[in-house]
Amino acid sequence: MTADSAATDNAPVVTATNVVKTFGGLRAVDVEKLEIRRNKITALIGPNGAGKTTFFNLLTGFDQVDSGEITLDGQIITGRPPHQLAGMGMVRTFQLTKVLSKLSTIENMKLGALNQRGEKFWSALVPGSWTKQEREVEARADAILKRFNLTHMRDEYAGTMSGGQRKLLEMARALMTEPRVVMLDEPMAGVNPALAQSLLELIKALPAEGRTVIFVEHNMDVVQEISDWVVVMAEGRIIAEGTPAEIKSNKAVVDAYLGAHHGADLSQVELS
Amino acid sequence: MDWGFIFERTFSAMIGPEVMVYALAAVGLNVHFGYTGLMNFGQVGFMAAGAYGVGVSVFWLGWNFWVGVLFSFVYSAVLALLLGIPTLRLRADYLSLVTIAASESIRLLARSRVMQPITGGVEGVNQFAGPFYDLSPFELGKFYSFGPFKYLGRDVWVLLVGWTLLILVTLMVRALMKSPWGRTLRAIREDEDAARALGKNAYFYKMQSLMLGGMIGGLAGLLQVVQKASVQADTFNPVITFTIWTMLIVGGVGRIWSPIVGASIYWTLIVFVENTLRQLPDGTRASLERTIELSDFNIAMLRFILVGAGLLLLARFRPQGIFGSREEMALDRR
Repeated sequence: MTADSAATDNAPVVTATNVVKTFGGLRAVDVEKLEIRRNKITALIGPNGAGKTTFFNLLTGFDQVDSGEITLDGQIITGRPPHQLAGMGMVRTFQLTKVLSKLSTIENMKLGALNQRGEKFWSALVPGSWTKQEREVEARADAILKRFNLTHMRDEYAGTMSGGQRKLLEMARALMTEPRVVMLDEPMAGVNPALAQSLLELIKALPAEGRTVIFVEHNMDVVQEISDWVVVMAEGRIIAEGTPAEIKSNKAVVDAYLGAHHGADLSQVELS
Repeated sequence: MDWGFIFERTFSAMIGPEVMVYALAAVGLNVHFGYTGLMNFGQVGFMAAGAYGVGVSVFWLGWNFWVGVLFSFVYSAVLALLLGIPTLRLRADYLSLVTIAASESIRLLARSRVMQPITGGVEGVNQFAGPFYDLSPFELGKFYSFGPFKYLGRDVWVLLVGWTLLILVTLMVRALMKSPWGRTLRAIREDEDAARALGKNAYFYKMQSLMLGGMIGGLAGLLQVVQKASVQADTFNPVITFTIWTMLIVGGVGRIWSPIVGASIYWTLIVFVENTLRQLPDGTRASLERTIELSDFNIAMLRFILVGAGLLLLARFRPQGIFGSREEMALDRR
């Protein structure tokens, strides 16, 4: 747990107030109030076109709000570009994984480290100024790779990985930024059941390290298994919030938005 | 048929002034495209900036040659900045449009009548490189032979300085690309959004890359006009840009030594084919001339056609270039 997050344990880590985003006439996102609890796993669910990914992009700086305010640890971050947010401790992954194909796995990982001296042009020309830090970064990268069971891929091109391995790498790489908030856009999409379970365990372990997780997911079994809190979006708005059990039994939510799963036994989780 | 003459020309071309200049420009393009993924279709514009940087400061401003040399670096960097500011936030294609348009604008403006007092118009700028040749330890007008290589003294001096700079710049680029800075560039080439999500200011890095590669291109242009002792607007035409692209692709995109090897192979082939066509035995020549008249102009065209056919074979059998990795190339198709 990082020192400053411990001090403000009860304050929400991320808030969104009156956040609006329109595309032409379409109100893609219209969120009155959302508070994300610190060191918890919050799931963002809803039918296709509910505005989850757009909302995600707004929170992470990949898209700009029309109006409204977003804060991270009490600081207003509305309008900040993604690279600054990463520096402030908010990192994201993508629905369509973005591994850097022609970089090796370990290079992908090392890229994730923030404030590297060797990333400055003039320092780059003087290896003596960055090799020590590079070794530290590499040691940290190797440790995370080990935890993610990717050590055997260390020196392979990331482009040779399977879909599931790419998801793992993307999350591992995100952790290299030592984030306080980890935002995962459909972390389980396209992951085979064997890998899915280890990925779930890895996500579940994050809050204990002082990291808040926000994730978008379609798979209700996953949502039930790992989230502490579920936020339901539809047509750009938040229509319900609650614990997984509450959401599961919320008839309106189930009827309207989980139609495909209606009546199915959600505890019959094939992955677990 | 005088094979001795053909080989002397061919060998001398292998590391001659053209190869030195084009290789340097290709090193710059490699920084842009090979490492950062920037589609610069106006590398010749940066060469022109380097060339006119010194030409104009000596001819029009009356500055000292060496001050002009410094100015030509600044000028190519400023050009990169000007082209980068509006385009690097946009999709990759915008940079290619702007760079090719800018390189043509520079050429047309430099040769226009309005600019004549400044750039010398179509006559260009001559006799500005004296201070460079004053330093030459070689007799300018005398021929020097080194094994199969034979050059005029003034060219030996240009080549000595040029190749030293080329090697130094290449080593610098190598050091940069092995550093975390270079890793960030390659990450941006692969996926800009991923790099941004991981805290990298992609715009800033792309700008640095554009400026670095542009300045290396400027240095190439500078050396070219020093070697020719004249700045002529029309030598900076778009064909040069695509020649440089070809050389880079022949060598292998995103590899350290590929610009040098690519430039050398391409130019050596051109010179070999040209000199062979000029020296054909009478019988062959006569039979060929039934199809095509072997005038100077036609030979100049034919050499490109024949080398082009060679490049097609390369694209078929070794698409990754001399140094490129087939494995990396296959990743693009996944």
